[in-house]
Amino acid sequence: MEKNAIYIPRVVPRRIREKYAVQAPQLVTKEEYLASGHRFCIGCGEALAVRLACKALGRNSIIVSPTGCTEISTSLIPYTSWCLPWIHTLFENSAAVASGVEAGLKVMMRKGKRPAQDIDVIVMAGDGGTCDIGLQALSGALERGHNFLYICFDNEAYMNTGIQRSSATPFGASTTTSPAGKVSIGQVTWKKNMPAIVAAHDIPYVATASPSYPFDLMDKVAKGVATKGPAYIHILSVCPTGWRSATDLTVRIGSLAVETGIFPLYEIENGKYKLSLDLPQRRPVIDYLKLQGRLRHLSEETVKQIQQRVDKEYAKLMEKVA
Amino acid sequence: MAKRVGIEVSQAIAEAVKMANVDVVAAYPITPQTHIVEHLAQLVADGELDAAYIPVESEHSAMSACLGASAVGARTFTATAGQGLELMHEVLYVASSMRLPVVMTVANRALSAPLSVWCDHSDAMAIRDTGWIQIFAENGQEVIDEVLCAFRIAEDQRVLLPVIVYLDGFLLSHMIEPIYMPEQDEVDKFIPPYQHLLPLNPDKPVTMGAFAPPFIYSETKKAQEVNLTAAKEVILQCWDEFGNIFQRHYSPVDCYRAEDATVLLLTMGSFGETATVAIDKMRNECRNVGLVNLRLWRPFPFAEIRQAVSKAEVLIILDRALSFGGPAGPVCSEIKAALYNEDKKPKVISFVGGLGGRDITPDGFEQIINRGIEISQTGSKQEYEMYGVRE
Ligand SMILES: Cc1ncc(C[n+]2csc(CCOP(=O)(O)OP(=O)(O)O)c2C)c(N)n1
Ligand code: SF4
Ligand SMILES: [Mg+2]
Repeated sequence: MEKNAIYIPRVVPRRIREKYAVQAPQLVTKEEYLASGHRFCIGCGEALAVRLACKALGRNSIIVSPTGCTEISTSLIPYTSWCLPWIHTLFENSAAVASGVEAGLKVMMRKGKRPAQDIDVIVMAGDGGTCDIGLQALSGALERGHNFLYICFDNEAYMNTGIQRSSATPFGASTTTSPAGKVSIGQVTWKKNMPAIVAAHDIPYVATASPSYPFDLMDKVAKGVATKGPAYIHILSVCPTGWRSATDLTVRIGSLAVETGIFPLYEIENGKYKLSLDLPQRRPVIDYLKLQGRLRHLSEETVKQIQQRVDKEYAKLMEKVA
Repeated sequence: MAKRVGIEVSQAIAEAVKMANVDVVAAYPITPQTHIVEHLAQLVADGELDAAYIPVESEHSAMSACLGASAVGARTFTATAGQGLELMHEVLYVASSMRLPVVMTVANRALSAPLSVWCDHSDAMAIRDTGWIQIFAENGQEVIDEVLCAFRIAEDQRVLLPVIVYLDGFLLSHMIEPIYMPEQDEVDKFIPPYQHLLPLNPDKPVTMGAFAPPFIYSETKKAQEVNLTAAKEVILQCWDEFGNIFQRHYSPVDCYRAEDATVLLLTMGSFGETATVAIDKMRNECRNVGLVNLRLWRPFPFAEIRQAVSKAEVLIILDRALSFGGPAGPVCSEIKAALYNEDKKPKVISFVGGLGGRDITPDGFEQIINRGIEISQTGSKQEYEMYGVRE
């Protein structure tokens, strides 16, 4: 954060926030980098997360997006919602494009072809563009050690193309290509653990976040861009359209994902796991499942199965944190 | 003065790219392109070329990284072949459509299956319509000259389109040839610095790659097509100026003893060099034959082709790629289309040969010409004939 000191601090650091009793909204920059008038759906968690992330990033950023909801909702010739420099090319190559942007900037500044400037390179991608079709490009970019931040906005399916399943779709969810039917519960595989896969690349910073916890999200984004080398943030983004949930419950459902332990918030700094939010007691997963049309069909038996899996995964995480 | 040195063509490409002072090279190795990128990596490792060498994990990412680098205003180069070019396919359209002047050399290679690392033009034909400027080189000297021209053409503000220079895999890429390497100051003068009009820049944010609804998509494509077609003028100017400085002259179509020939053979790539031997021999036998070599593949040089073949009676076209189930080889189809509405045009005979590295000797070219003349008189039951294939 210090490195962009000419700008007003985008997010007041936690250590300062904790000392003063001020209203939360006053601590965030008023500057908007995602202009209103975009075409995200009402109640879209991804829109909220992108907006918050941009506030934490500030102006000296270049954004790379793959094809997906964010891309389609923010750009349409001749309009744009982006107040930051932004590039979209294809669906599966954002990490590679970002590699070129980062390497290009660095070498041009070194050769005096561009003025020396501190510019952050950030990918903003969906779960499909990250965990499935873009996984290879992401792995390559992480391994090569480019100095960039990759943010995955995980809405747990290919939403842009009409709610098809991805490897990030949770067990039991009904999507258009993993539909619940007479002989199927819907998605029959467990959600891919993308943060763990990224962490296995031994990069300096990995985190999970949720727009239901805006300060935590912005802290992590600020930390991510300040990291030297690759950083990755996995943001669970509630999608009322795809999850068939009420548009006014987006923030609530995002919190429930955390409170049930389904989507715990944590950081992995240089290999060290740290919980961002302690949960003395987790809520039962049914509190989360029952608010979503995609999961409401699940039998008691299946819900139990999910509860057991969440308990097990959470315990595994606790071991790493300890 | 430029020195003439014995050098492997691939290595000479890397040296030319170094002289062009590229900023970013992103590449993935594939035979027979490897020597180009290996030598570039070495030049960077030795500090002889101040560039970022991004050793990406695939050709898809190679071209994608080139997009990103070019979008921030970096001079960008890559090289590939065969399967690698196919893996880049969708990214190639983006480079041309977003007007990112990446330069690439392709060491032509046959496509799997069965796997073959040897030369033919199937890879190039499969990406024909991606909107790149595409130049086929005939020999090593030409490869180097065209690579230098490619940067200048691609980055010209009137063009801003990516350029491919094709060289036949192994047949050119791995040859050691005597090549005139230019002096650094000549190159510096010949290729002005690249100035992206609106690069990605926080001080002046732009949106690149917004999506297009039906009301505007056609207009963007029309603009792109007008631009690519108009690039021909700039290419001609560039070659003129290159000729003035370096005394080597290039044109979209090369003619060899073709002026008064009644029978013409048309080839692309390194075939042309060998074919001249056959033409000389036949000329010595008072046969009225000549050779046309097509250098500029895109934008297609309609006027030059029409002019080059207008006086011939028979035009024999040898393709180095197949259009499965189609009318003829891809080059032949294009030339037939270019001639169809002409009042005076030669009879066009189509051959496909040299697939997957199969050699065609001077004798072979003579056989092709003789068989072509025979077909022009007696006709053939086939749309095209494949030369030298065992049945
Ligand atoms: C190569 C390729 N395959 C498929 C598509 C179609 N496609 C575009 S976006 C998309 C899904 C995007 O899903 P995700 O990355 O999760 O983003 P979301 O829309 O959910 O935010 C798909 C399948 C494409 N554009 N390109
Ligand atoms: S489909 Fe979902 S993720 Fe996409 S814009 Fe709508 S609510 Fe947001
Ligand atoms: Mg998604």
